[in-house]
Amino acid sequence: MEVPQGTTLLEAGELVGIEIPTLCHIDLKGTCVKNKPASCRLCVVEVEGRRNLAPACATNCTPDMVVHTNSARVIRARKTVAELILSDHPNDCLTCPKCSDCELQRLVMRLNIRQMPYNDGEKSERKNEVTAAITRNMEKCIYCRRCESVCNNVQSVGVLGAIRRGFDTTIAPTFDRMFKDTDCTYCGQCVAVCPVGALTERDYTDQLMADITNPDKIVIAQPAPAVRFGLGEEFGLKPGTIVTGKLATALRDLGFDYVFDTDFGADLTIMEEGAEILDRLKKFLAGDKSVKLPIMTSCCPAWVNFYEHNYPDLLDYPSSAKSPAQMFGAIAKTYWAEKMGIPREKLVVVSIMPCLAKKYECTREEFKVDGNPDVDYSITTRELARLIKRANINFANLPESNFDSPLGESTGAAAIFGVTGGVMEAALRTVYEVYTGKTLPRINFDEVRGFDGIREATIDLNGFELKVCVAHTLSNARIIMDKLRAGELDYHVVEVMACPSGCIGGAGQPYHHGNIEVLKARCEALYAEDEGKPIRKSHENPDIKKLYKEFLGEPLSEKSHHLLHTHYFDKSIK
Amino acid sequence: MIVMDEDDCMVSVAKFYLEFTVGESCGKCTPCRIGNKRMLEILTRITEGKGTMDDIEHLKSLAATIKDTALCGLGQTSPNPVLSTIDNFYDEYVEHVKKHTCRAKQCKALLTYTVNPEKCKGCGACARNCPADAIMGDVRKPHVINPFKCIRCGMCQSRCRFDAIHVF
Repeated sequence: MEVPQGTTLLEAGELVGIEIPTLCHIDLKGTCVKNKPASCRLCVVEVEGRRNLAPACATNCTPDMVVHTNSARVIRARKTVAELILSDHPNDCLTCPKCSDCELQRLVMRLNIRQMPYNDGEKSERKNEVTAAITRNMEKCIYCRRCESVCNNVQSVGVLGAIRRGFDTTIAPTFDRMFKDTDCTYCGQCVAVCPVGALTERDYTDQLMADITNPDKIVIAQPAPAVRFGLGEEFGLKPGTIVTGKLATALRDLGFDYVFDTDFGADLTIMEEGAEILDRLKKFLAGDKSVKLPIMTSCCPAWVNFYEHNYPDLLDYPSSAKSPAQMFGAIAKTYWAEKMGIPREKLVVVSIMPCLAKKYECTREEFKVDGNPDVDYSITTRELARLIKRANINFANLPESNFDSPLGESTGAAAIFGVTGGVMEAALRTVYEVYTGKTLPRINFDEVRGFDGIREATIDLNGFELKVCVAHTLSNARIIMDKLRAGELDYHVVEVMACPSGCIGGAGQPYHHGNIEVLKARCEALYAEDEGKPIRKSHENPDIKKLYKEFLGEPLSEKSHHLLHTHYFDKSIK
Repeated sequence: MIVMDEDDCMVSVAKFYLEFTVGESCGKCTPCRIGNKRMLEILTRITEGKGTMDDIEHLKSLAATIKDTALCGLGQTSPNPVLSTIDNFYDEYVEHVKKHTCRAKQCKALLTYTVNPEKCKGCGACARNCPADAIMGDVRKPHVINPFKCIRCGMCQSRCRFDAIHVF
């Protein structure tokens, strides 16, 4: 066969339908998520004329190459390597959170391994940790180094790396510190790429079930925009299946007393953040030199952690608006609770998120009133899927239903929060109409869509050229922040999402296993949901209008500031 | 090529080299990080008389795979001492496993120290110097070594002036 220059044997195999097994390799094509250290040695193949076996992931095709991908020598080597991995693995698959979704498990099945001949040897002992967001169970680690690549190259956070050497190697923060003592942003992308159960989310499902079954508690659900485009995959539905209606039914079946929608919070975020953008722009145009531009979005909790840790000198730039989930929590526990006559301590607000950093966000002291958090805790899309399976709910055959009113009404602008560029587009729809007083000629802002790491666009607002920038992954955010620090940034609004492709590729979503098509399908579904909504601009959401009329007054009012805005802290490690 | 005499145990030699590579392994690739450690564990078992014939087969298979799959030169060459000693001195491996003996008298766990009663004068030098208090006997009468207490340090042999301590 002929392949373009630079094609690896692994890629060439894919082209002709030969799936060479790998563990360490991951390449989320079109994004910067890439790891090919050639360290697991499971993809070895026999190349005629070569003395030893070649790793297919790191060997390029050359002219007249003859390759055997399934010779006895190759299969014996793969089997022995897999047996070696198992010899330093707990092999507690039955109770492992990654069971049935584990790449090592799948590989062992594929290699038909029935014995573990090297299992009487010493096992590695590693430090484990349970944070608010991430659980580290490092004796399960197989040293594929995907987490290290993502943490360093994709997120530029640089927390994870290999420490010590030989059999004592472990992947951990420098000096084997705990995550809580590092710059970890809890973006969870290490979890999203971990092939085994070494890095997983902190599980809150048992706590949730305890609250649901407690008759003294009123439990309300708020699923994030991205959840409905990923959840179906856990039940065998094809990627990109929109399950909004089934999601609402499933949450009710699980026993949630009220099923609302974080999308409502997203619309509210646009109202507040949009007003903030307009406020700063107005001051800027009036010649106020002290106004901080660009204004940056603050919906992504990992991004918030990132700038609190790395750019404490620039904390005035991001919008002070809380994330949609926290806005929702604050409104649910004030406006809605008062309306319903439910005391705050009886109310449990649970967010269902594609995100791990949201779990951490719930624990922030500034989001608590007398120790009672606005959002009690957050579960991931995967945890929700586990709950649904445990409750014998036949998800695929569920009837569809709507979210409850009034905190369940949302617009297309909120739906697109789940993808990179979505918050910017939603904000532009509102900012344009409020600023110009005109109706948008076209609702879609295609210029901010796509998966490019950093995207720029100029929007004409009645002659004023609004320069916007959209970035996803924290390494791209770092580029922007470094420019800002150096005074070289020429934008008015910047959106940052920590996860590659935004929330649809969040660390709490069903595992993509390195398949970019899954993320693309979710992205298409998300834009389709937006197109299908009767209202596609946040400021036209009738329940949002009602909320402002009955309770908040207007965006950036004193009450809004009190409930919907936050402040940031210098969390740099001194 | 390395030249050694009959005082060198081939299993111990392989183990010695492997201790070096296990210590030097960077830990990046699976075969070197875990494979060499497992080979060293097997060799240690054999030198302690706890090896099985399966262990020898596992050694061969591990060595071949590590040589074939390790990422760098260190890993690719680390099994050579194992492969070459198994190829050329297979009998010594089998002796360690089946007879629990080490002909070079290097594998301490496999050695048995005894007193030859015909040569022993009962001077007590061995008993006085034994750090494990493993030797008993009356003065001017042949002494006896308690094999359960003996730590195979060789002290008795070095102190005996009558060549009465035998090792096998």
